[in-house]
Amino acid sequence: MEILNEVNIVMDAKSENESFARMVAAGFIARLDPTLAELNEVKTAVSEAVTNAVIHGYDSENLGKISLKLTLDSDNTVTIIISDNGKGISNIEEAMQPLYTSKPEMERSGMGFTVMEMFMDSTDVSSEKGLGTTITMTKKLRASGDE
Amino acid sequence: MGISLEKDNRVLIVKLDGDIDHHTVEKYKNRIDDEYEKNNCKHIIFDFGQVGFLDSSGIGMIIGRYKNTVQKNGKTAVAGMGECILRIYNMSGLSKIIDQYDSLSEAVEYIK
Ligand SMILES: Nc1ncnc2c1ncn2[C@@H]1O[C@H](COP(=O)(O)OP(=O)(O)O)[C@@H](O)[C@H]1O
Ligand SMILES: [Mg+2]
Repeated sequence: MEILNEVNIVMDAKSENESFARMVAAGFIARLDPTLAELNEVKTAVSEAVTNAVIHGYDSENLGKISLKLTLDSDNTVTIIISDNGKGISNIEEAMQPLYTSKPEMERSGMGFTVMEMFMDSTDVSSEKGLGTTITMTKKLRASGDE
Repeated sequence: MGISLEKDNRVLIVKLDGDIDHHTVEKYKNRIDDEYEKNNCKHIIFDFGQVGFLDSSGIGMIIGRYKNTVQKNGKTAVAGMGECILRIYNMSGLSKIIDQYDSLSEAVEYIK
C-alpha cells in the first residue's frame, strides 16, 4: 500500500477550530469523490474527536494544541489521527461506553465515541493520564474518484 | 446568524441554520433558554430545515431543552431534518421521546 497524500495540522484547542477541522477532512477526501453519507460520517467523527480534545482534554480553557493528521492510502483508506496533550483518560473502557460522560453539567450526550465507532471502520483510543490522548480512525471509502 | 427565535402563542420556534456543533451550541443554548423563560413559553419546536451538520453536541442541546419543556408539562418537537442529520438523531434514541416532523408547519399544527 502506497501513501498518496498526507496532511499535518496543529491548531489551538479552540471551539471555533471544530468546524475548521471538519472542513480540512472534507477537503482532504474530496479527490475520492465520496458519497454525501461518507462525507458526513468523516466530518462527524472528526468533529467528535476534536470537540473532545477541546472540552475534555483541556477543559475548554484553550491551553493547548490539537494535532490533526490525515493520510490517504492507495486503497482508498483514509486514516485520521487526532491528538491532544491534555489531561488524558484514566479509564478508556468506561469513557467509550455509550452515553457515558464525565461532564453531564455541560449537557454532553456521551455519544461521541459511539458516533466515531459507528461512522468509521476502526476507532482506536490511546491515552495516558496527564500526558494526553490520541484517537486513530480509519475508513475505506468506496468512492470512484481517481478514474 | 445561525439562529432565529419566534413565538407563536406559548410555542417557541427555534430556526437554526448552518452547522450545529459544540461551538455554535454554546452560543445558542442561553439565547433559547432566555427567550423561553422571558416569554413564558411551554413548548419548543426546532426547525432543522437549513441545518447541514449536526453532531453529538447538538444532540445534547436538544436533550437539555427537552428537559426544560418537560418541567413545564410542555412538548419538544423537531422538524425538517435531512438524511444526514436524521442518521445521528435516530442513533441517539431521541426519536423515541421527541416527535419529529417533515416540516415546521406540521410540527406547529401538532403542538398547538
Ligand atoms: N481527548 C480527551 N481527553 C480527556 N478525556 C476525554 C477525551 N475524549 C473523551 N474523553 C472522556 O471520555 C468521555 C466520553 O466521551 P464522549 O463519548 O465523546 O462523550 P461526551 O463528549 O459527550 O462526554 C468524556 O466525557 C471524557 O470523560
Ligand atoms: Mg464528546
